[in-house]
Amino acid sequence: MTSKNNIFDPVQNLKDIEAKFEMVQILNENGEIVNEGLDPKLSDEKLVELMSRMVFTRILDQRSISLNRQGRLGFYAPTAGQEASQIASQYALEKEDFILPGYRDVPQIVWHGLPLYKAFLWSRGHFVGGQIPEDVNVIPPQIIIGAQYVQAAGVALGMQKRGKKSVAVTYTGDGGSSQGDFYEGINFAGAFKSPAIFIVQNNQFAISTPREVQTSATTIAQKGVAAGIPSIQVDGMDPLAVYVATRDARDRAVAGDGPSLIETVCYRYGPHTMAGDDPTRYRTSETDNLWEKKDPVVRFRKYLEAKGLWTEEKEAEVIENAKEEIKAAIKQADGVAKQKVTDLINLMHTDALPYNLQEQLEIYTEKESK
Amino acid sequence: MAQLTMIQAITDALKCELKDDENVLLFGEDIGANGGVFRATEGLQKEFGVDRVFDTPLAESGIGGLAIGLALQGYRPVPEIQFFGFVYEVMDSISGQLARMKYRSGGSLNAPVTIRSPFGGGVHTPEMHSDSLEGLMAAQPGLKVVIPSTPYDAKGLLISSIRDNDPVIFLEHLKLYRSFREEVPEESYTIPLGKAAVRREGKDLSIFAYGAMVHEALKAAETLEKEDFSVEVIDLRTVQPLDIETIIASVEKTNRAIVVQEAQKQAGIAANVVSEITERAILSLEAPVLRVTAPDTIYPYPQAEAVWLPNHKDIYATAKKVLTF
Repeated sequence: MTSKNNIFDPVQNLKDIEAKFEMVQILNENGEIVNEGLDPKLSDEKLVELMSRMVFTRILDQRSISLNRQGRLGFYAPTAGQEASQIASQYALEKEDFILPGYRDVPQIVWHGLPLYKAFLWSRGHFVGGQIPEDVNVIPPQIIIGAQYVQAAGVALGMQKRGKKSVAVTYTGDGGSSQGDFYEGINFAGAFKSPAIFIVQNNQFAISTPREVQTSATTIAQKGVAAGIPSIQVDGMDPLAVYVATRDARDRAVAGDGPSLIETVCYRYGPHTMAGDDPTRYRTSETDNLWEKKDPVVRFRKYLEAKGLWTEEKEAEVIENAKEEIKAAIKQADGVAKQKVTDLINLMHTDALPYNLQEQLEIYTEKESK
Repeated sequence: MAQLTMIQAITDALKCELKDDENVLLFGEDIGANGGVFRATEGLQKEFGVDRVFDTPLAESGIGGLAIGLALQGYRPVPEIQFFGFVYEVMDSISGQLARMKYRSGGSLNAPVTIRSPFGGGVHTPEMHSDSLEGLMAAQPGLKVVIPSTPYDAKGLLISSIRDNDPVIFLEHLKLYRSFREEVPEESYTIPLGKAAVRREGKDLSIFAYGAMVHEALKAAETLEKEDFSVEVIDLRTVQPLDIETIIASVEKTNRAIVVQEAQKQAGIAANVVSEITERAILSLEAPVLRVTAPDTIYPYPQAEAVWLPNHKDIYATAKKVLTF
């Protein structure tokens, strides 16, 4: 049933909504500014720092994959391809902002202050990896997809109540946007008008399930409409677009204007995780090649080179530093004492141990003394 | 001192904690202006403001996440889940997240959250309002589970729960909300978590119970007394962790025991109590430890509650079996 008089036209309504979420891009694949008006005009120093972090993170991914293959790391979710989405969004934050990462979002919390050796210990499965330094506003990567979203709504409400000028920032993937906690998180933050930034890194696949199988919505950004919050889709392979969208959402949040949803359209070059996923089963090399042309590191390099801010030597220096730091962090992780059951028992409660754990502590203390 | 019902004692405890600690926040579905569907938070928003006592959207999982996030900002959240049958919506936030916060952060973060929620049968509620699901919570490392049976205990235990620096599940039995009054001090006081209470002393049999079953057990004990059996009734008060010391001391004295719960036999925590007694005091036992529970079906249709829920007659019958074993 379609009305001719446009008073009742749900099909047109949907088209109108979809039209509002055209992808925002500032830097194209050739490293050219295509949207001068949105250029954040970062200082040369900041542009170089952002590029250095992205290159460092690409190397961190390469080394992490190789260390995982050598058995020197455990759980690892590759990040190559998502440097603009992950690093440029974190770059738009302040130290007092609080990050609630997903399992693939280790780089953001490292750049926010989590020591690299702890990130490696988290990968291996050691409790020291979860120990967050007191002045670092992050929690360990969330394994339950969506849980970080409802928690972010709570952190943001807490900041609002404390009168802080800061934001809670959380990340999920395209698959994660199908979870109930995704909707509840953005809806709660909207209802409380809390300072939260919800980022969906749409890397096209949830393990093997393509983005189109998650939802018939043409963008994930438009899901923000359900919560009544501002939302935007950006080119997630474009560091400047991601930076601007995050910074804009942050400005509005600290001004008291509530949360935002940002969809970054990006791609992971590697497998879902290093636990046996084989992307050739569900991805073609044509698609891979198409996305490699959009590589955020390549496009930002072109941009900076054209401005005379980046050279091969500079990049080599960043790569060398990254390798050294990674080596040192792995060494530091190797030096951390092995976990004992008594350690795990003592991590359970802030107050006195309940009788059952007290008993078990004694049993394991004796066992460990032998 | 005032004569209070359990629901009034709960309101009183919340008021004390809102006054004493500015980080205490109350929130949930309809707990603000409405004062809660059972009036547990009556008048609190008016007295402490909408910043401290507030309503949320209708989404239990979101409420759980909100509590976790607020805890990460240094608050002491006391969220409410309207009926504990709705806990399934928020199982991840409770068991998957809250309970693990301390541990998964290597001890660097904690979540001082007290989840209040009513449960329990005998008042003909609709589906999934009365189910006894404490067994699910008791099985999760990192949680403490508290179930008061009197107004005095409810106040002291709730204050202790709120002050505990890790998550506590505080379950309030619907039938006990207004069933009787008791002297409750006006000032703040605490009752330690993990400590049982001897409700009645006896020499021939120990009955371990919690929630509404405490009162049924006391009724059965009176009947048994008329037959010259001296029965000890112990209210567990905290079902996780159990008060082993009090439980074992009682069994060593009476040499016979039964465990009473409203939950189905395959649920609840009675099996845990039996196991602890068997492991620690088998040489004191003159009879097996038997359980009084509901049958292993889904919680009954309201009209079938009377024939389904365990009561003092079931307790009497099982007690007699153990006493004459």
